Amino acid sequence: MSKNTVLVLGASSDIGLAVAHRFASQGHAIQLAGRDVGALEVKQKDIALRYNVPVSVHAFDALEIATHDAFLDALPVLPDIAVCAVGLMGKQVENEQDMAAATTVMRSNYEGPACVLGLLANRFDARGSGKIVGISSVAGLRGRATNYVYGSAKAGFTAFLSGLRNRMASRGVHVMTVLPGFVATRMTEGMDLPAKLTAQPEEVAKAIDLGLRKQRNVLYVRPVWQLIMLIITMIPERIFKGMKI
Amino acid sequence: MMVSGWGRFPEHLSQVTAPRTPEDIVQGLSAGGIVARGNGRAYGDSAVALRRTLSMRNFNHILSFDPDSGVLEAEAGVLLGDIITAFLPRGWFPAVTPGTKFVTLGGMIAADVHGKNHHKDGSFGNFINWIELLDAQGTLQRCGPDQNPALFAWTVGGMGLTGVILRASIRLRPVQSAWIRQTTRPLPDLAATMAAFEKADAATYSVAWIDCLSGGKNLGRSLVMLGEHAGPDALTDDKARYPFETPVKRKLGVPFDPPQGLLNSLSVRAFNALYYWNGSRKAGTSLVDWDSYFYPLDAILGWNKIYGRKGFMQFQCVLPLEQSYEGLRALLLATSRAGAGSFLAVLKRFGHQESAFSFPMLGYTLALDFPVTPRTLRLMKELDEIALAHGGRFYLAKDSRMDADTLRRSDVRTEGFAQMRSAQGLRPRFASQQSERLGI
Repeated sequence: MSKNTVLVLGASSDIGLAVAHRFASQGHAIQLAGRDVGALEVKQKDIALRYNVPVSVHAFDALEIATHDAFLDALPVLPDIAVCAVGLMGKQVENEQDMAAATTVMRSNYEGPACVLGLLANRFDARGSGKIVGISSVAGLRGRATNYVYGSAKAGFTAFLSGLRNRMASRGVHVMTVLPGFVATRMTEGMDLPAKLTAQPEEVAKAIDLGLRKQRNVLYVRPVWQLIMLIITMIPERIFKGMKI
Repeated sequence: MMVSGWGRFPEHLSQVTAPRTPEDIVQGLSAGGIVARGNGRAYGDSAVALRRTLSMRNFNHILSFDPDSGVLEAEAGVLLGDIITAFLPRGWFPAVTPGTKFVTLGGMIAADVHGKNHHKDGSFGNFINWIELLDAQGTLQRCGPDQNPALFAWTVGGMGLTGVILRASIRLRPVQSAWIRQTTRPLPDLAATMAAFEKADAATYSVAWIDCLSGGKNLGRSLVMLGEHAGPDALTDDKARYPFETPVKRKLGVPFDPPQGLLNSLSVRAFNALYYWNGSRKAGTSLVDWDSYFYPLDAILGWNKIYGRKGFMQFQCVLPLEQSYEGLRALLLATSRAGAGSFLAVLKRFGHQESAFSFPMLGYTLALDFPVTPRTLRLMKELDEIALAHGGRFYLAKDSRMDADTLRRSDVRTEGFAQMRSAQGLRPRFASQQSERLGI
């Protein structure tokens, strides 16, 4: 396989970092993008030393949408693969009362990721090649009382990716939506998650790698989640609204 | 949650957190009863905190590497296996390695691990430039042979009880290939095995697998395995072309807990006899890849499950040179008499070592493992007494059941270590289940 350049947006996240390690271990060049450049420079050094590949760091804030164009223009090369691992769960209780918090969750999971991937898609379109991976969430498949602010933003992002895939299908650009299910990351630390339903970040990275090779469109990391979500989405609304789930 | 070591015995209730920054660690210090945990390869309860176990898995960054000197700086949670994967292709190998690559840098320092080259190169502590750790007050301390040497001496082999090791600088050794030239010699008994070790003083690596179930005239029969890093002239043409590439091996796993009785004295006896026979048949010199040579058990992921649900224990002591023969004989006799044969028994000659609290010293070390049963627990106590009677001491990274009195009788340095801990306020703050049990 020829060596590509892989851009990871939200590279400080556990999933983003695992994706960077996975592709670096195969000899691909890595571009790490995120807000905390200092922390990313430690990761940069580590990944470069471990795998002997070029790794660069780029300041990127998903919420500063006006800067996205300049961010992409400043990349030393337009990547072959871009993986967006930007996301913010927030606290549902807080999001119900504090609209500033709610807006940040909505923008972090939908607006920011969608805008940067949209701009990237335009560039991939012009070049006639590229792969885009958006990490969305099963929470976006049906709103639930316990995390619908986060879920609704992910729903928007999932729909955006679906439309982008449709638009790019004839343009040589592939778009893959990833629905990881539970993942043991900083986002879920301290939650009591069932082990059989919970993936490690490395498992998500591997699934993304293999999924891209097979040109998958929508990827569930653990197949059991497809079944779970099928059932959850089929429950009639008049029953669902009374459920604690 | 319930936490245990590699032997899955004993299990203790402990809170487990995985800090991400030194500040996270400092914030939690005041709670006390803390100990850092690497990859959980210590056999017993060394890395099970009295109250809060700090998983160091997020401190896993390689910080720098100098390709001219082989000096590597890395965080404490970096795995030895990752260091090898990264730097062996560039011609560098750990200067000292234990029998598994699934250990962390911090764990290797805390246990001051030894390898098959101890008789020549000493322990891991000999290849450390500096260590950075958080002390009882949460202050970052850097120590090394030339800087804060007292703290350095106590920290190397200090079982994580002098503070939380965050980072270290170590020296790797240059190698010309990923291959080891291995020479295997079958030896009929203990005296012959020890004579073979003494004769092999010049070998870089030496270790013996010992058949601990044979008694009588076969007592202590062994396969002595010597090794050298292979240079280009020792390699066949195809290997010499890519000297750092070795075949990818399939990993086996132990998917579930076999019944407790699977490893009984009959099956272990059969295994030991077969292993000896097979090794004798293949005696001579051969080329072995680094992974098979140094880490044969790593190929069986989760091999700690083969002893069944109740877990297993390891007994490892070192006896001073002049008392080694009598002591080893007594240990092997007791083991073979009990018929509680150890699946893997390893004998190794140590070189000279002066240290504050590390395990190795000039002499012979014997490691045996046993499933946890009331009978083997009694046998372990008997082995303790034999080792004590012959001036031996015990490896804390393997220990899971020794009592405080045994440790004190075995090692005159214990009192000094405990006093240092009290004087510096380390005692209540950093404490493992093991340190409490042993009163250190």
